[in-house]
Amino acid sequence: MRTSFGERLLDLAVSGFLWGFRILIVLIVVLGTFLTIRAGKYTGEQWIDFVVFGISQGSIYALIALGYTMVYGILRMINFAHGEIFMSGAFGGYFIATWLTGIGFMDKYPVLGLIFSMLFGMLISTLIALLVERIAYRPLRGAPRLVPLISAIGASFFLQYTFRGFFGPGVYAYPSMKALEGQWMFFGIGILKVQIVVAIAAFVMMAILYSIVMFTKIGKAMRAVSENKDVAALMGIDVNRIIVTTFALGAAMAGAAGVLYALTYRQVNFFIGFTPGIKAFTAAVLGGIGNIPGAMVGGLVLGIVESVGPALFLDSLGIPRPYQLKDAIAYIMLVMILLFRPSGILGERVSKKA
Amino acid sequence: MMKKDNLTWIAIKTGLLSGVIAIFLCLIGMVEVFSKRDVVEKIITLGDFILLATAVSAGVIAARAASQTDQQRQPLKSLFAGALAGITTGVLIAAFIGLSQQINLRSVFLSASPSLFNLLTFKGGTSWIWMYPAIGIAAGLLGTTLFLLPEKFRQPITRAIFITFLMALFSGLFRVVMINQSSGIAKLAKYLFGQTGLTLSGAIIFFVAVVAISMFWSARSKNLQEGFARIPKRGQTSIRVVVFALLAYVVLMLPQVSGPFIAQVIVIVSLYALMGLGLNITLGFAGLLDLGFVAFFAVGAYTVGLLTSYGIFGLQHIPFWVAAPIAVLVSMMFGAFLGLPVLGIRGDYLAIATLGFGEIVRLLAGSDFLAPFFGGPQGIIGIQKPCLGTLGEFIRVDVPRVCNGLEFAGPKEIYYLAVASAILVAFIALRLQRSRLGRAWMAIREDEDVAEALGINLIQTKLLAYMLGAAFAGLGGAIFTVLVGSIFATSMQLIVSINVVALIIVGGMGSIPGVIVGAIALIGMPELLREVSEYRFLFYGAALIMMMLAKPEGLWPSQATLRELHHEDAGEDSEIAPAKSSQAKA
Repeated sequence: MRTSFGERLLDLAVSGFLWGFRILIVLIVVLGTFLTIRAGKYTGEQWIDFVVFGISQGSIYALIALGYTMVYGILRMINFAHGEIFMSGAFGGYFIATWLTGIGFMDKYPVLGLIFSMLFGMLISTLIALLVERIAYRPLRGAPRLVPLISAIGASFFLQYTFRGFFGPGVYAYPSMKALEGQWMFFGIGILKVQIVVAIAAFVMMAILYSIVMFTKIGKAMRAVSENKDVAALMGIDVNRIIVTTFALGAAMAGAAGVLYALTYRQVNFFIGFTPGIKAFTAAVLGGIGNIPGAMVGGLVLGIVESVGPALFLDSLGIPRPYQLKDAIAYIMLVMILLFRPSGILGERVSKKA
Repeated sequence: MMKKDNLTWIAIKTGLLSGVIAIFLCLIGMVEVFSKRDVVEKIITLGDFILLATAVSAGVIAARAASQTDQQRQPLKSLFAGALAGITTGVLIAAFIGLSQQINLRSVFLSASPSLFNLLTFKGGTSWIWMYPAIGIAAGLLGTTLFLLPEKFRQPITRAIFITFLMALFSGLFRVVMINQSSGIAKLAKYLFGQTGLTLSGAIIFFVAVVAISMFWSARSKNLQEGFARIPKRGQTSIRVVVFALLAYVVLMLPQVSGPFIAQVIVIVSLYALMGLGLNITLGFAGLLDLGFVAFFAVGAYTVGLLTSYGIFGLQHIPFWVAAPIAVLVSMMFGAFLGLPVLGIRGDYLAIATLGFGEIVRLLAGSDFLAPFFGGPQGIIGIQKPCLGTLGEFIRVDVPRVCNGLEFAGPKEIYYLAVASAILVAFIALRLQRSRLGRAWMAIREDEDVAEALGINLIQTKLLAYMLGAAFAGLGGAIFTVLVGSIFATSMQLIVSINVVALIIVGGMGSIPGVIVGAIALIGMPELLREVSEYRFLFYGAALIMMMLAKPEGLWPSQATLRELHHEDAGEDSEIAPAKSSQAKA
């Protein structure tokens, strides 16, 4: 093939630009870290706080990311409405928690109360996800790729504003649990109880999901369908049922995450799904989309980087109020991962062809 | 074999579905909000209308199902199915009202307010118990009758209902415009239009008029077209010129007649059309879904703001006429800058990557980090309005410069700027579509690998798509800034990008008239109707899903897309598509 000089120059410019972009980000991170550590502005305890917060936040992202990753693994489709399904779980948990607090159940049996509110949140989000799948996604299976994505964007906004219509634009205060106030001391370091409980609950959920996918018959069928739909169908697997199950499982995880998120931030609103949704997608891509352990790792990495990052990279570079740029760090990670390693940390399959 | 009990079940299912939709409309508060606006004064409000519409459409759907079960037409069967669907809807709504009087739904659903139930029970009393089923039957039968009417009558009647409904929605506007005219027109306005809806006589007049015109038209349109073709060439041109001149006159005079509010709405519609035309290049022509399109709008807006503001953030104090082209150039460069890294990414990953870029731009512009340059959360204020004539000297900060000549101060003047830009850009886009570059874009949209093999330079072509799309959006941003007079990072939300995507999808991807139709329908309507604007994003979401399900080519498709979509009806994975016949077992 003949390429003109101008075309080669353009190619060169493109790769030069990309390399410049990489080097710039690495420079910022390295320089910022170096300066911060030399300045010693933060104590060790503060760093531990950042990391613990990052882990608890990251485990929530990981839970949401599981839904993205499983659906992508099977349908090769970004479920853009997944963030809204997460939000619906938070609302479900809110109503049941308020009711349980009102009748005094929550104070007597805090563990059961938490489990009930998570179960109810999961129920609501699963129902909504099944509806969305039935109405907005199933008829479009096999259409050109852009079509289900646009439908998913539509579903996302439809759900957001449906919840706004149901519950109004205001912010609901999630009831506080007395059992979760204060700190627990570990080796002389105080850590907020909520964060520990959130992380533990999230890890338990992930373990449940992982064992469903790895050790049950339906999990085996799910893995088979994500490997190859046609061959799986030939082996006698009801592909439609497996797809529905996948949506339901992912939504249940997102619903649990919604309740945990509400527990951390103490507020529920129709708009809370958007940012965690995008971040969880980042986590899914970070770990390698379609890869279940990858989503968990990706969520934790994202949570920790986002929580430690502003203090570590940005503070000593003279940026005022670096925490305003917390979300920007997550988005930059998203763009960087999509640009430079679309297969993610643990992924090997899906590439630029997406 | 289809049996009658099967039909009964279909009719009941349809009725249940529409009843659930009706309850949904009540619970999201739409019925209550809409009941503040009349369709026909003192007779039917918009809230009643949408509730009624669910029952009528249940009737239509059930009747269609009934007619499909048999080969020959059986009106009685259809009527039965329609009535059954209608009564099911009515019973379900009545059950909902009954239930809500037993338990307090308000503790969960904010919109289940006493005033809603006051409305639904016809201001208290118990007559609603039998009223809803009765209205349901009537509405279901109405739907069935509409379905059963022969084509010749059905089309004019549905058209008349639709147009009368539109007239009712916008009657407030017509009234305001017409009342300011001579006393005769004002009297006519008062006769036809009430405060928030049509008067009864107005509704009847519109309905009858549309039916008559429509029937006359369908009978005569062929003759008219042939008649036009028979006129000699020169005559045809002169007729076209006259029509064009009339249109131009209307466009020129409109803001003088309609007042600033409507002018502002048209400005906003034109700005969204500008952005839509820009995204139409990247998404519609080249097939690159960009969810961070608002970034280019922001770049255009901030460039003009920084270059012309008389506030503290103004870097330069040049006139708008110089700043706007600079803004377009800067947005173009920014388009290349954002386009370069994402060149290798395809499909849905591209959508998410661009979404990330858009959010990064917004977060950075609104952060304290860049506040010394972009004003941070306080934004940039005091943007100099465009001025035709000489601009006075810049004296000091926060003092607007004096304009000796025509100042584009308000929406009434900026209207001309926005409409002229939209027309110019539409023309450019039209020429681009048929150029070599436009064909290259479409080739990339269809298949990148094949396009590359055919000798299209992917890098160059894709970059040009990003740059030109960004340029149009930048122009939109520039005009938006001078309209509002200030810029805030918070107005550069993702929702703007979604708006633009939605209007392109609804209008028809890759179709230039489609973009304009989409902008009018999705941006203009909610701006004009305050009641609707509360639910506009709900409508957008529903519209996106429904367009994808029913009409992926859009309301006004380009011919090429239409051919493609109906050519490749069977997708590659069609064997996994759910079997629709599985219901037949029941």
